[in-house]
Amino acid sequence: MAEVSVNNGVNVGALLAAREALKAAPQAAKFTWRASCKWKNGTHSRTNVQGFHGLGEEQKHKTEFSFEADHPEIFASEDLGITPIEYVLVGLASCLTAGVAAVAQNRGIQLRSVESKLEGSMDIQGILGIDSDVRNGYDDIKVTFKIDADASKKEIEALVAQSQKRSAVYDVITNPTNVRVEVV
Amino acid sequence: MVLERGEVANSWRRERWDSLRLLTPNWQSRLPGHRYEGADPDGFMTMGEVIAFVSHFALVAGAPVRTHTAVTSVRQADGGYLVSTNQGDIQCRCVVLASGACNLASIPALRQAVPTSIECVTALDYRNPDQLPDGGVLVVGASATGAQLADEIHRSGRRVTLSVGEHVRLPRTYRGRDVLWWMDASGVWNQRYDEIDDLTRARRLPSPQLVGSPERTTLDLNTLGAAGVEIVGRLAAVRDGRAFFSGGLRNHFALADLKMDRLLDTFDDWALRHSPDGDVDPPERFEPTRAPASTRLDLDLTRGEIRSIIWATGFRPDYSWLDVPVLDHKGYLRHDGGVVDSPGMYAIGLPVLRRRKSTFIHGAEDDACDVTDHLARFLATSA
Ligand SMILES: Cc1cc2nc3c(=O)[nH]c(=O)nc-3n(C[C@H](O)[C@H](O)[C@H](O)COP(=O)(O)OP(=O)(O)OC[C@H]3O[C@@H](n4cnc5c(N)ncnc54)[C@H](O)[C@@H]3O)c2cc1C
Repeated sequence: MAEVSVNNGVNVGALLAAREALKAAPQAAKFTWRASCKWKNGTHSRTNVQGFHGLGEEQKHKTEFSFEADHPEIFASEDLGITPIEYVLVGLASCLTAGVAAVAQNRGIQLRSVESKLEGSMDIQGILGIDSDVRNGYDDIKVTFKIDADASKKEIEALVAQSQKRSAVYDVITNPTNVRVEVV
Repeated sequence: MVLERGEVANSWRRERWDSLRLLTPNWQSRLPGHRYEGADPDGFMTMGEVIAFVSHFALVAGAPVRTHTAVTSVRQADGGYLVSTNQGDIQCRCVVLASGACNLASIPALRQAVPTSIECVTALDYRNPDQLPDGGVLVVGASATGAQLADEIHRSGRRVTLSVGEHVRLPRTYRGRDVLWWMDASGVWNQRYDEIDDLTRARRLPSPQLVGSPERTTLDLNTLGAAGVEIVGRLAAVRDGRAFFSGGLRNHFALADLKMDRLLDTFDDWALRHSPDGDVDPPERFEPTRAPASTRLDLDLTRGEIRSIIWATGFRPDYSWLDVPVLDHKGYLRHDGGVVDSPGMYAIGLPVLRRRKSTFIHGAEDDACDVTDHLARFLATSA
């Protein structure tokens, strides 16, 4: 079988073992992801991410990751980081890409390159309050994958479809989610 | 003895809509030693015909059926089971749960949030379009049931919106034969439960979008969309009187199209190796499901546009009378190929019980042989 020699750098064995373990202990499958944000100046803010909760206890990334967000100069901002709505594309792209790699590994498909381009279209009349019939967020998101792999076109299409089916970010974007915002 | 709360073929008598025909062709309707003998082997039985077929089988098989005997409880007692019914108690050593896989309509919890002005009908209550209030209808679920009801209600002149999640697309005929002939001949339908990779998933697979009609038409989302049914994504939430649909509809199309093509590949491979008797047409592939440029993401349920919702979101068994701890945390029966996790208890007629065909009429025979085999050995060794 091809599977022995396929290496996409994903430890599918570990993932499948975790899946079995969590079936028996569904409580450990409950995760909480966290981010903390601080306003800097104008539209510039910095968000830090390190700790999260899962497998029944507190967990931590190896280091703290930091993300600058701002607006571009055409909005009279300083452009010290990408816009928050662009972070949504970052999340979607990286989630689908990780999914493609994991599914490919599981199906014994060797990947050589996985590239994608994302485009989210949005009418800013919404956020500017010009037209209340226009929504604030994206009205359409288009993802285009270019994948080089030891597989037929159909198999590659199936990888991408399965990756969407199992993607957390894709789910959050395509389905409504309850959001609570409180002030303390 | 066989206990039946109603009459023989009760679910076909009482729990199906008026226009329903089997989606399995007549030649495939087989029960042990009993098959369709009529003039139209490629046709599809009406409910009246199914009732006659099953009732006739019960008669010639001499099955010891006690009708109008409803089981109200099954408990462990004296090394066997105490079965209580509305006609008195029965003590027995073995019980076979053959009470059906589709006793209750599965309805998502978000139903609670649907405004009371909307009439809600399940696939078990639905009989015909006349029973619905005038006005638009939202059909939730696009398996065989949802697709058939969307089509029938649309034909009655109502505006229909069909909410589509994960689904199984199949053409009615492939290479000139019924697609279920291919399922049968290629061995897909005989695939055993212990050979299937993800059995949990296989057991929860929605029924294929098929209809049994005299014209042998294909009923898929392209046909429904072209006829004017509005296709929307999976119903994801109902909030403040609005229904929200998933924006992931395209991927549900892609998954179903790819899955159908893989199945057709299996058929083609099989045909190459086996040259089936008689002619089959050359391989064919079908147009992918047409995705609308943009789909509706929400629908105001308070504006009168939609007056009723049909929940075609699947069925599940009713075990409310089963007082033996054999259900898992999701309410499904714990069993290994019909051998239930309690000595002397068996099940039949559940999805992929022992084979992919297990919930179909023609799937009962092989499963019944295996299950009764185990049961006979159990009786012989535990005496
Ligand atoms: C809408 C629909 C369409 C279908 N179309 C097809 C098709 O085209 N082809 C096909 O092969 N299959 C079809 N099926 C599947 C079909 O249900 C099975 O093929 C077949 O009916 C299963 O038979 P069964 O005896 O296991 O279950 P059922 O037919 O459900 O019989 C179970 C019996 O148990 C009785 N019962 C339940 N609880 C109790 C109790 N507590 N006490 C006493 N009696 C009880 C019920 O009254 C019922 O008569 C369809 C199913 C549905 C829901």
